[in-house]
Amino acid sequence: MEAKKQSGFGKKLIGTITRNPIVFLLVIAAIVVGCLVDNFFSWANLSNLMSNTAIRFLIALGVSGCLITKGTDLSAGRQVGFAAVIAGIMCQRGDYNGRLWKFLPEMNIGLVFIIVVAIGLCWGLLNGFIVTKLHVPPFIATLGTQTIIYGISLVISDAQPIGGFQKIYTSLINGRIGDVKGFHLPYLLFVAAVFGVVFWFIYNKMRFGKYMYAIGGNDVAAEVSGVNTTKTLMRIYATAGIMYAIAGYLLAAKSGGASASMGQGYELEAIAGCTIGGVSTTGGIGTVPGILIGVLVFELLKIILQFLGVNPYYNYVVQGLVIVLAVSLDIRKYIAKK
Amino acid sequence: MSEYVLEMTGVSKVFPGVKALDNVQLKLRPGKVHALMGENGAGKSTLMKCMFGIYKMDQGQILMDGQPVTINDPMDALRKGIAMVHQELQPIPARTVGENIFLGRYPMKKALGFIPMIDHAKMYADTAELLKRVRMNFDPKQKVGELSVSQMQSVEIAKAVSANCRVLILDEPTSSLTANEVEALFRIIEDLKAEGVAIVYISHKMDEILRIGDEVTIMRDGKYIGTWDASELTTDMIITRMVGRELTNLYPKRENVPGEVVFEVKDFTSINPRSFRNVNFQLRKGEILGVGGLVGAQRTELMEGLFGIRSHTTGQIFYKGKEITVNRPKDAIDQGIAMLTEDRRGSGIMGVLSVADNISIASLNQYLDHGYFINGKKVEQLVQDNVKKMNIKTPSSKTLIKSLSGGNQQKVLVGRWLANNPDVLILDEPTRGIDVGAKYEIYCIIADLAKEGKSIIMISSEMGELIGMSDRIMVMCDGRVTGFIDGSEATQENIMTYATQFE
Repeated sequence: MEAKKQSGFGKKLIGTITRNPIVFLLVIAAIVVGCLVDNFFSWANLSNLMSNTAIRFLIALGVSGCLITKGTDLSAGRQVGFAAVIAGIMCQRGDYNGRLWKFLPEMNIGLVFIIVVAIGLCWGLLNGFIVTKLHVPPFIATLGTQTIIYGISLVISDAQPIGGFQKIYTSLINGRIGDVKGFHLPYLLFVAAVFGVVFWFIYNKMRFGKYMYAIGGNDVAAEVSGVNTTKTLMRIYATAGIMYAIAGYLLAAKSGGASASMGQGYELEAIAGCTIGGVSTTGGIGTVPGILIGVLVFELLKIILQFLGVNPYYNYVVQGLVIVLAVSLDIRKYIAKK
Repeated sequence: MSEYVLEMTGVSKVFPGVKALDNVQLKLRPGKVHALMGENGAGKSTLMKCMFGIYKMDQGQILMDGQPVTINDPMDALRKGIAMVHQELQPIPARTVGENIFLGRYPMKKALGFIPMIDHAKMYADTAELLKRVRMNFDPKQKVGELSVSQMQSVEIAKAVSANCRVLILDEPTSSLTANEVEALFRIIEDLKAEGVAIVYISHKMDEILRIGDEVTIMRDGKYIGTWDASELTTDMIITRMVGRELTNLYPKRENVPGEVVFEVKDFTSINPRSFRNVNFQLRKGEILGVGGLVGAQRTELMEGLFGIRSHTTGQIFYKGKEITVNRPKDAIDQGIAMLTEDRRGSGIMGVLSVADNISIASLNQYLDHGYFINGKKVEQLVQDNVKKMNIKTPSSKTLIKSLSGGNQQKVLVGRWLANNPDVLILDEPTRGIDVGAKYEIYCIIADLAKEGKSIIMISSEMGELIGMSDRIMVMCDGRVTGFIDGSEATQENIMTYATQFE
């Protein structure tokens, strides 16, 4: 009896590993690198990993809805950059000489947050409109909007870096709890946790989530079953826009500065994180815990490369390979079952 | 030398669970039009696909000029002089007529003596020649997408002729043609006959068969019934031979009593001129209305139009005395109408989702706590109720629906709609691709629903099912409703008569 249970658990473990080979390999790699390189298993490194993951996780949550419905959102990174630029400009100190919009009074950072989120909502609705009403494939639609958004970011920021933020803005967002031997819990971790729970509820316990999975599983069947697929997709892209805006607002403060190029390539990292975490590009599949693991593992990969002293330019090569590998493994599952 | 250009004898073909062809034969004489007839599913297309090398026969042989041959694939068939014009034309619209005809076998030339290039001049000259042969005078460089359906068909025939075919298979060639276009097609057929080409002509249209057919082979349920000279046959004789199968008692006893009219359709017309038009019918409470017709009669299109999946131009829908507007399925569902679609995989199941997700998707509003949160216990209750009521075989409610059998998937989909407690249920081929046992269970569910006072519209291509289950049968042909038959008076013959009333 006991032995049977054991083998059942062993089988389950092997099944989990074979279904998520990349996660498994990267965790092994982290352990190996940790043993070989000093300071890898340090509290400071762990805190750093957490706050990096937190913001990436918010972006990945945003893009996950698009991916689950067989779409994508290539404008994610540029939307983050746009939000960072707007947030940065509006959160500049009143007495800062380099203020970009001198006509503005010193703004309340809460109000700025609301404005930035509202703009993100608009970008998301634009994407949703192009996808659902103009019937442009999401890949092309968001490829177009990301260029538009980047262009506007450049115009607004005059392609200059933006600094001189109000102290409350940077200190609040970089705030943290406790400080034991360099270890602390960043506020961003809690923000990410709250959104993780909220998204888990939306995806599992609310109509919107069920409709999203239904569209990903079979959009025609979903429409026939009374799902208003147009409205649902609009909401998915709008939600994504809000998440990128929040991420941009946080990112500007975290970095203590903003520029139009901020967030470049984040869409690919987010899509990679989702895919590594089991969101299927064939639609209908993906969980919030999976997305978290995927993003975490991708950040882990970056830190491993950094600790190994790999030339940063090679990072792109490795990350790109992991993305291709993750998607090809996912597609293989689908082909095998066909 | 054999008197036949091509003979197929003793052909059998088994698909999982179905014997599609059972010892069938077909003998084609040069210069003759051989009509191949049978109901939907009689095995006509399967036989042709065996001849054209798309399917491999399990048994039987093919002789050409008396010599046995093997046909491995469509390219092989073309090389041997067999060409086929499919019912669904598949041209490449953005390319020219010439490119479509010579696709895959472009005439080549060597530029500078060694670079292989397509010889466009020769290709278009040959195309012009071919078009003249099929009595068409349009530009070989015209894009195929700009042609009418009948012109596209001529291109397909020209393509067949260009392969110097000796056997030409035409599968329902007139299903999307106007009367004038049909005449043009017949002239081409006469020309080909004069050249000695043997033509297999598949059609449901009796008048066409009797007009241009020389010989007629009739099939039924995958079996060979016989071959006759067309001159010996009448429409009635053909119909009798096509449907002459015995009905066994496969249907449950029905105890429903049709009441007042709950659903009425007036002058309903599709946005597509070749689809359903001027449809009028009434549906009573507790009534099972069967919808019969041949493939292409636009029955599915009509029902999908009523349910908001397809668009319509004119027409009114009255539900419980009030006119309703249906622009998308949600509008119909909100009124209390449900539709089980024909294509279970295409528009029914969401394969990668669980049984619970699949069964609850159309009725999620009922399981909400505080108006927002789905109560998992209520969904589980729904699954368990349906599992018990319909005898659904599934390991658990979390099992992915794609791993269930077709019959169980269908029961889950029926459960999806019943959860909404609809008053009108449209069932499009509810038992297609389902084994006999599960079929009977679905018939019982339908009979019970009617007894409870639900109104059912059931499209079926199985004659037995239509006659065995319906209180009334509405028959369609070519987009029009051609007649209503009372269930007690319905016979395969009178249904077929209405189903073949082409204009």
